[in-house]
Amino acid sequence: MFSRLVTSAVFAGAVAGLLVALLQLVFVQPVLLHAELYETGQLVHFGGLPNTATPELPGFDLMRNGLSVLFTMMVYCGYALILVAVMSTADDALVTPRMGMIWGLAGFVAAQLAPAMSLPPEVPGVAAADVQLRQFWWFATVAMAAGAMWILAFRFNMYGIAAAALLLMLPHIIGAPQPDAFAGPVPTELGALFAARSLGIGLAAWIILGAFCAYFWNKEGEAA
Amino acid sequence: MNTNVKAIAAPQTSERSNLLTAAFAVLMGVGIIFVTGHVQAAALHDAAHDVRHATGFPCH
Repeated sequence: MFSRLVTSAVFAGAVAGLLVALLQLVFVQPVLLHAELYETGQLVHFGGLPNTATPELPGFDLMRNGLSVLFTMMVYCGYALILVAVMSTADDALVTPRMGMIWGLAGFVAAQLAPAMSLPPEVPGVAAADVQLRQFWWFATVAMAAGAMWILAFRFNMYGIAAAALLLMLPHIIGAPQPDAFAGPVPTELGALFAARSLGIGLAAWIILGAFCAYFWNKEGEAA
Repeated sequence: MNTNVKAIAAPQTSERSNLLTAAFAVLMGVGIIFVTGHVQAAALHDAAHDVRHATGFPCH
C-alpha cells in the first residue's frame, strides 16, 4: 500500500509539475520578470514620466528556469502525496481521473484560493509582514480549508456545512499578518495581473494534478 | 467460530494500517512542501524563488 501510494504520487506529481512549470514559464514568469524591473529600481513607478507597459524583459535563463521546473515538480510531488493519501481512504468509485479533477478543484481551494483571500500571491517587491508569521498563517489556513473540503465531501450534513463554513471564514476573520506600511514599488496593474495569473495557473495545476493522481493510483493498483 | 472472528478482525487491522500509511504519506507531503516552499535558507530560497512567488507561498 505504501509503495503504491508513493509511486503513484511521484508519477502524478512529476508529470503534473512539469506541465505546470511550463504553464508558469509562459504565463506567470514574464509578469514576475517585469515586476523585478521595478523591484530592482531599473524602472520607477512614481514621480517621473509614465513607463512603457511593454519593456524589454531579460531573456530565457536556463539555470534559473531549470531550477524552477525542478522545484515545481517537487512541490507538486508533495501535494500529490497528500492528495493520493486522502484518495486512498475513499471509495474506489470516487477515484477516477474525471472525479480526480473535482479532487483537484478542492485542493486548489484549500492550498491556493483560501490563503490568497488574505495573502494574495505576491509579486516580487511588495511590502509584507514578517515571513515566518505569514508562513504560520498560511499553513494554518491551508490546513483548515483542507479540513473544510474533506467535511463538505464526506460529512455533508447541516453540522458539516456549518463547520466547513466556519473553518473557511475563521482565518480571514482573525486576519493574516499585514505590513505596517505599503512601500511596494511595483505598479498595481502588474500586482493584480500577477495574482490573477498565479491563481489561474494554480487552478489548472490542481485540476491536472487531481486527474493524474487518480489515474496513477488506479494504474498502480492494477499492477499490484 | 474462531475463523469468523479472524475474518472480521483482519480487515479492521488492515484498515487501520492503511490509515496510518496515508497519514505518514500526508506528513511526507507536508515535509516536502515545507522544504521546497518555505524554508528560508538562502540557497533553497534563491533556487525556489520564482516557484514560491508563482505558487502563492509567502516568500522573503
